[in-house]
This record gives sequence, structure tokens and C-alpha cells, in this order.
Amino acid sequence: MTKKVITVSPDDSMRQLKEVLRVNRISGTPVLRDGELVGIISIEDLIKALESGDIDATVGEKMSTEVQTVFADESVVQALNKFARFGFGRLPVVNRHGKLVGIVTQGDIARGLLRQLEVDYHEEEIHRYRASHIFEDITSDQTGLILRYKVKPLDFVGCGEAASKLKRALERLGAKPAVVRRIAVASYEAETNLVLHTTKGGELIAEIQPERIRIVAVDSGPGIPDIEKALQPGYSTAPDWIRELGFGAGMGLNNIQACADEMHLESKVGVGTRLEILINL
Amino acid sequence: MTLREVLQIIEGKVLWPEIDLSIEAKMACGADLMSDVLAFTHAGTLLMTGLTNPQVVRTAEMAGIVAIVFVRGKLPPAETIALAKEKGIPLLASKYTMYETCGRLYQAGLPSCGLFPLTAGTWLDDPPSSCGM
Repeated sequence: MTKKVITVSPDDSMRQLKEVLRVNRISGTPVLRDGELVGIISIEDLIKALESGDIDATVGEKMSTEVQTVFADESVVQALNKFARFGFGRLPVVNRHGKLVGIVTQGDIARGLLRQLEVDYHEEEIHRYRASHIFEDITSDQTGLILRYKVKPLDFVGCGEAASKLKRALERLGAKPAVVRRIAVASYEAETNLVLHTTKGGELIAEIQPERIRIVAVDSGPGIPDIEKALQPGYSTAPDWIRELGFGAGMGLNNIQACADEMHLESKVGVGTRLEILINL
Repeated sequence: MTLREVLQIIEGKVLWPEIDLSIEAKMACGADLMSDVLAFTHAGTLLMTGLTNPQVVRTAEMAGIVAIVFVRGKLPPAETIALAKEKGIPLLASKYTMYETCGRLYQAGLPSCGLFPLTAGTWLDDPPSSCGM
């Protein structure tokens, strides 16, 4: 918002208002009496007054008294809503005691949002730049980056968070989009298995090396009794409630296999399961 | 096909006003099984579904789905919309059934995702070798 607000008094004439608008190159202003906001007057009101030969009428006669305002501590979104609802060009900003502290126009908001977008874009670019150079900046005989994600059992709402974060990390590291997609799908299926089929949840561990990524999904039970059967397309032990959510079709492991360059599955009933996925970057 | 054209063809709606309608969908798929979506789609796919939980958005995020169309006039709960906004995945709605929504788009020239090796290989009358996959 603009803090230095140009205002007029209701006792000023429309002729005086014309000068105020012209000199300051503005198209409207709040009307104050003894510091109190009593109305708002715009260039439109001035044109109407000119048309009807009322240029010597007072601002008080021509202003609109039903003033929509926004509070200084309200969010930009609330201001945008008011602009959209009432179609005004400007809104006076008042504090919680009703005192005028500024004025905000649609242009102010657009400029602010653009600046924010630019800042976000720059930040993402910086993140990307730093991340994509990590393997060049740090030298060793074998450099790897390990990302660990804890996965809670039966947390259906949070399911996918780990895969989503891993996907973002890989994008920042500059991995090819087609490979990122395969990794995202495989790790999402693995994460879903941890959420839906384990008693205590588990961990999704991604070890990223310059040439390839190893994703390991481990849990501590209940374990898979028949691995061969579990790998058959369409075989599933998922209960109805999981199927109603759109999962449990018995395609998860096959899907992972299709995305991976290598997949290894080990499991012991009562002990746990370890699924290893290797994908070349 | 742009989302603007999609909306015209299915006489659909956007679920919030700021959706960019110039986004292009290269192909489309209709599914209520998210595992199928993960298995059979490609980046650039438009998804038609009757499932409205947040995992639909997750699936779309992972699979590179460009936008989701909820069929049969179904509307998703607030948490699905919130996640879609966060992930930048446009949500649309169609009052038509899955069959008719897909049919309208297919007729208008939006292709399917094609055959997938996993199902193609199990198609009995068509030996896997002749699928060209």
C-alpha cells in the first residue's frame, strides 16, 4: 500500500478536487473530516459533476459514503477478494481503530505479487544451481547423497510426501525428466506399500550417486509369506478399504519392476521386508 | 489439445478461477485405479477419474499428469483441492459419466496412452512378439 495518502475534505469543492487529482496524477482519494474517514471520491464522480454542471458542489455532496476498506493486518488475498467483489480501483487501508493508514490499488497488489514471483523464481534457481553442482564441488573416490524418509503406517493423507520430496530433490539435482518420472512412480508405489501393508511403517532411503540411484524401502513387518505370488500381476492381499481408495490392485511391485533397471525383494514373515530398486541416472 | 478446448468439449468447469487454460494435454486416460494410472500413462496425460481423494493428486504429481477431470459431477474434498493447488495440478469437473467424458474427447481427436507392455503381453489373441514392444 501507499502510506502517504492524499486526502480531501468534504467541504472542498469539486473544482478543488479536480486540481488535487491533476497535480498528484491520481484517479481518486479518500475523504476525511477531522481525521475520520467519511467517504471516497473518484475521477468518475468528478466527470459526472462536470457533465451536470455541478463543478462548484462540495465533495461531501458527490462522494460515496459507503466506503469499503481493508484492515492493515489483513492478507493480500482478502484485499484481492474485495477488489473482485466490488470492482473498485482502490481501497483505503485502516487500522483496527478505524484510522486511515494508507491506500492500496490493484496495481500495487499486482506489482507486489510479481516481485514475490520473481523472488521465488530466483530462490528456486539458486537452489537448483547449488544442488546440481554438488557432485562436482565435492570430490571423493565415490560420492553419494543419502536421503532418508520415515513413512508412517496407515497415514493415507501423508502417503506420497516422501516420493514427492525425493522427486523435487532429483529435479534440483538436474536429473532427466523421464528418469525422474520413473523414480517418482517407483518410490511412490514403494511408499504406498509401506503405508498400506506394514504394521509399524518403515523407511524410504534413497542413495544418489552421479550415475545411478538406489532406493531401499525397509520395514519391520509383517513380511511377505510368498514372494513369487506377490510378484504376480494382480495378486493382492489389500482389504476392501484400500481398494476403494484406488489402490491395492496388485500392480505395485510390477509397476516398480517396470520402472527399475534392477529390483530385489527380500522378506521374512515376522521380521520384515527389504525392497531395493536400482535406476540408472 | 488445450484445457480450454477440453472444457468446451466436455461442457466442464474449472474448480478454481486461476487455472491456466492454455496448458496442453497430449493424450488422455480414464481410470479409478491409481496403480493403473502410474503404470499406463505418460508425461503429458490428461486423467479422467471418479476417485476424489488426495492420492489422485499425488498420483498425478508422480506420473506427470497435466490435469485431472472428475467425472459424473463429482467434486473433490477440500484437502484434495488444497494439495492440487500446492502442486500446481489443475482440477476440472465434468457432469458426464466416465464413458461419455472420455468418448467426447476421443472423438474430438485426443488420443489414448497406447498399449502398455505389461497388458499387451497378456493379450491372448495377440502374441507379445507382434506387439512391437
